[in-house]
Amino acid sequence: MKFQVDDLTVNAATGAVSIERDEVADAPLVVLLHGAGMDRTVWSQQTRWLAHHDTRALAVDLPGHGGSEGPAITSIGELAAWTARLAEALGGPVHLVGHSMGAFIALEAAAATPDRIASVVLMGVGAAMPVHPDLQTAADADDPLAAALMAGWMHGPDQRFGLNPTPGMSMTGTSRAVIEACPPGVLGPDLAACAAYGGAVDAATVLTCPVTIILGTLDRMTPRKAAQPLLDAMPSATIVELPDSGHAPMMEEPGAVRRVLGDHLGRLAA
Amino acid sequence: MIEPDSHRFDTRALHAGQRPDPVTGSRAVPIHQTTSFVFDSVDHASGLFNLEISGHLYSRISNPTVAVLEERIASLEGGVGGVCTSSGQAAFHLALATILGAGDHVVASRNIYGGSHNMLNLTMPRFGITTTFVDPRDPQAFAEAIRPETRLVFAETLGNPGIEVLDIAAVADVAHGAGLPLAVDSTFATPYLIRPIEHGADIVIHSVTKFLGGHGVAIGGIVVDGGRFDWAADGKFPTLSEPYDGYHGITFTEEFGPAALSMRARAEGLRDFGGCMSPANAFYLLQGVETLPVRMARHVENTLRVIDMLDGHDAVSWISHPAHPSHPDHDLAKRLYPKGAGAILSFGVHGGRDAGRKFIEAVDLASHLANVGDAKTLVIHPGSTTHQQMSAEDLAAAGIGEELVRLSVGLEDPDDICDDLSRALRASQR
Repeated sequence: MKFQVDDLTVNAATGAVSIERDEVADAPLVVLLHGAGMDRTVWSQQTRWLAHHDTRALAVDLPGHGGSEGPAITSIGELAAWTARLAEALGGPVHLVGHSMGAFIALEAAAATPDRIASVVLMGVGAAMPVHPDLQTAADADDPLAAALMAGWMHGPDQRFGLNPTPGMSMTGTSRAVIEACPPGVLGPDLAACAAYGGAVDAATVLTCPVTIILGTLDRMTPRKAAQPLLDAMPSATIVELPDSGHAPMMEEPGAVRRVLGDHLGRLAA
Repeated sequence: MIEPDSHRFDTRALHAGQRPDPVTGSRAVPIHQTTSFVFDSVDHASGLFNLEISGHLYSRISNPTVAVLEERIASLEGGVGGVCTSSGQAAFHLALATILGAGDHVVASRNIYGGSHNMLNLTMPRFGITTTFVDPRDPQAFAEAIRPETRLVFAETLGNPGIEVLDIAAVADVAHGAGLPLAVDSTFATPYLIRPIEHGADIVIHSVTKFLGGHGVAIGGIVVDGGRFDWAADGKFPTLSEPYDGYHGITFTEEFGPAALSMRARAEGLRDFGGCMSPANAFYLLQGVETLPVRMARHVENTLRVIDMLDGHDAVSWISHPAHPSHPDHDLAKRLYPKGAGAILSFGVHGGRDAGRKFIEAVDLASHLANVGDAKTLVIHPGSTTHQQMSAEDLAAAGIGEELVRLSVGLEDPDDICDDLSRALRASQR
């Protein structure tokens, strides 16, 4: 679906189910936020499932990504503010599900605008996200090497072998193609925004909404230990560790992530 | 500069798409010889049927053994995914049927496998899809044949049987300039010799029966999705970019992005047309893919020995292989195919049709049959077999003379191959 935020078109996958149907008018609004250089399709294993399980799900393309109008927004703080305006445009507090850069955005949005954010689920996240200088250089130059580096690092070591949960698909090949499709001049600033964001622990400290964190044991981009300061700052958060996941659990263990999302939303509804 | 963290080609030929079975420890890929898969619950079943979640439900749509082969070849080609089919022709049909509809038009190389030519020239028009055939050596000819209703450009990376070398990047530029995808059949090359997606192709089709399988024991095909073409850019490809009632209004580009083509090909194409690969065949073909790098290197090495022998033989009127300096694409092949331009060649036997027949009858080691890409050396006379449905005019346009013999060089000792061919050539002149 397409809608407007700041007079610019935002594109979102809704699992081919309208969020405006009368029968789901009171269902939770779930907004899924992708990571740097990616788009809505990283949530393809969750969006349509959520849409058919009593939620109004939107996997959005961030400004300047996928089918959303640009320009891209270049800081986590501004992206969080945009997310709050998006929640307002959708007409209600939203549950945010964020991956990597999207997790930072969700965290900051929930801390800065608690009235707009009902809960957050974070994955592929640490207290900080330093970016390898070679990756930043390649991304700044729109060099396809950046996509190849990210596709190699973002999945667990087993994905070098494959065996994708989606039959016949190459996970690293698909991730690489998604990042390669990122418009020129977007991936570099995305990564720079991740590297520059230093507010994760502060945001976590002031969060008041329910939080679930999904950790991939094999995450090489935001290693398990990098998340510990966040966990310490959110003692009431629900922590789920997925032993076979790297940095992208929604792709690597999609069923487990669906269960976590279902449990998270179910606890709030109870 | 740091390098991407991924296994290299030869390693992926052995491992991509598979990990040792976690339950049994099986190192080899198990053959999942089952039609169907048990659902965890009604919700699980519903989710699978509705494309909410992925997994196996029925072996016409997907199967774990077949999925390993699909992922492995997709990895070797650098694509986002693959859909295996019952044959190479089923793969070609699946690609066409996924993208095209009545009223659409294809621009295709005229130098392609006879079965593919029949499909485009004779069969598809019954369903409202027409084709204009052009010289694959002339990218401008592709451009000039494109019409408003054109939706696909198609060629073979190495043509059949003249081994015309496609300048993939040049033809891809023409296609992309018109907002069209380039599909290539790369059966003769295999990803060991060229990876067309790296040169701009959007879809790669293989008869896995041939060099990928390599042993002549199983028929199969695959459509590899490059994942780089923007199907939603201008509304030309409604099967991918508009809501589909078959899955309650799903739009494949919207939900699956770069995987749109492969998802639709599987969800609709295998569901409705049913041209699936059997798990047993996938297992056989996987055995071949595991040794693809070492086999193709030897195929090419033997081919060069055979070309040397033919080049000096009095009974041979001409040789067509890009490694031979007389081939029009000799220089292009050196640039695009540093490991060699395959193991299929054609040559003319002095004396025309009769001499050609005598040659075929006289070979002993080489097998006379309608296939290529076996571990064993194969010969055939295309004018009377694979291309016999083509008119004399089309045959001439495709460069197929009555004297033409096609040779698929195998893995035997190259001296034995050369001895056999040389002896049969002498017999052809008696």
